[in-house]
Amino acid sequence: MSDEPVVTVEQVYAVAKLFRLQWEPAQKAHVLLYPEGMVRLNQSAGEILKRLDGKQTIAQVVADCEAAFNAQGLEQDVLDFMAGAIRQGWVLRV
Amino acid sequence: MPSRDGVGMPMWLLAEVTYRCPLHCVFCYNPVDYAKQHQELTTEEWKRVLRESRELGAAQLGLSGGEPLLRDDLEEIVREARSLGYYTNLLTSGIGMTEARIAALKGAGLDHIQLSFQDSTKQMNDFLSSTRTFDLKMKVAALIKQYDYPMVLNCVLHRYNIDHVQQILEMAEAMGAEYVELANTQFYSWAYLNKDQLLPTREQVEHAELVTDAFREKVKGRMRLFFVMPDYHATRPKKCTNGWGNLFITVQADGTVLPCHVAGMLPGMTFPNVREHSMEWAWYDSPGFNRFRGDGWMKDPCRTCPEKEKDLGGCRCQAYMLTGDAENADPVCDKSPHHERIREVVERTKLAVNEQPIVFRTDRDSRDLMKQCGEGGLKVDERRLFEPGATATEANTRIGRTPA
Ligand code: SF4
Ligand code: SF4
Repeated sequence: MSDEPVVTVEQVYAVAKLFRLQWEPAQKAHVLLYPEGMVRLNQSAGEILKRLDGKQTIAQVVADCEAAFNAQGLEQDVLDFMAGAIRQGWVLRV
Repeated sequence: MPSRDGVGMPMWLLAEVTYRCPLHCVFCYNPVDYAKQHQELTTEEWKRVLRESRELGAAQLGLSGGEPLLRDDLEEIVREARSLGYYTNLLTSGIGMTEARIAALKGAGLDHIQLSFQDSTKQMNDFLSSTRTFDLKMKVAALIKQYDYPMVLNCVLHRYNIDHVQQILEMAEAMGAEYVELANTQFYSWAYLNKDQLLPTREQVEHAELVTDAFREKVKGRMRLFFVMPDYHATRPKKCTNGWGNLFITVQADGTVLPCHVAGMLPGMTFPNVREHSMEWAWYDSPGFNRFRGDGWMKDPCRTCPEKEKDLGGCRCQAYMLTGDAENADPVCDKSPHHERIREVVERTKLAVNEQPIVFRTDRDSRDLMKQCGEGGLKVDERRLFEPGATATEANTRIGRTPA
């Protein structure tokens, strides 16, 4: 598809202005809040989104997640998630 | 605090902070007997409601009314809500919004403003809300953008404005709205009294949906459009409030806690009040909230229906209004033996003229209607819209906080 977003590791993203990311203790999950709506995020989505601060590159986010979870080879997972998040309008390229 | 007994958390809190309102919308969702005796909750009482609900898992807060801007402590309520972590939505007609207030609300942490329009044209807007407000609303729309709030434009659709959907959408685009809700009137409260006037024909609804779909394509990526179908034209009911006492919780101006903002009219039920009970007790333990949870209360055809998990039998209030028994299937369902009641209303939309007078929501009409109901007037189904024993009182006895 031509309008499929292309995400590369040197790009920088932030959570889009329309959304607020926050930790919900009652749900034990990160959520995205927006006008009259809420998306409950799974753990990896929450961990990626909270690192999108408009400064770190995707490569740094991947490295940071790998360090935090003591895991390797997360790059493709992060890139796939980002493509979906862009389609949803959750994140914007800085 | 974890949820109990498989009951969902009250993630969505609707706070109807006042029933005072400068407008008189013909489709108003406030109870028809809203002018009965009550005292609005104080600032401190609202703060307690917010704190306790947040502990139960509430994350979205709708501040609605009446016109919430008529509370002069709205900024204080918003500040408390934001500091507790709510996403705060103000649902307003815009009347009473000034630049000073919109700035103060921003400072208090308000996240979003939903502005309601009755129609895109001045004449229709003013007629349907029985006031002269259109220019003022346009100014408020500009302020919302200027102060960088996401803007949701809400327009309640009905027979008199549904043919203007194209103009409504163009106006929304010109104003820079991010979301547009075109919500067909749901026939509760004042809209129920006016249903013969307000229900559009099937052709009107289908046309409006086509127009909306085409516009959605055009503004893809910039604006999101929601089109809510009128359920009178459907054959299966909606899953009302996502299940009774399962996601939504409403606190009325006087502190009554309800699973949905019109449930107060259901007969033989007592709903808790925050002046006497905690939000936790109200949600998990009160008889009112447990009355229609799950499907144990169902009668046939719902009880044995293979689709019952999908819609949980529809709306209890609609069942009561149209059939006189809240345990019946929502008559929107064509399996209901009362589906004919819906069909009759739909059939009447085909008539060219309709001599029923339209009722505007005013304090005076609310009091008059309560009186008529008390004296055994009104049609039997209309009498069901009133809380048993509701009596009219002077308007000024209802106000909680007197302006400082
Ligand atoms: S629907 Fe209209 S009359 Fe009713 S509370 Fe809202 S603005 Fe006021
Ligand atoms: S019979 Fe009851 S449960 Fe079945 S579809 Fe109709 S309303 Fe829903």
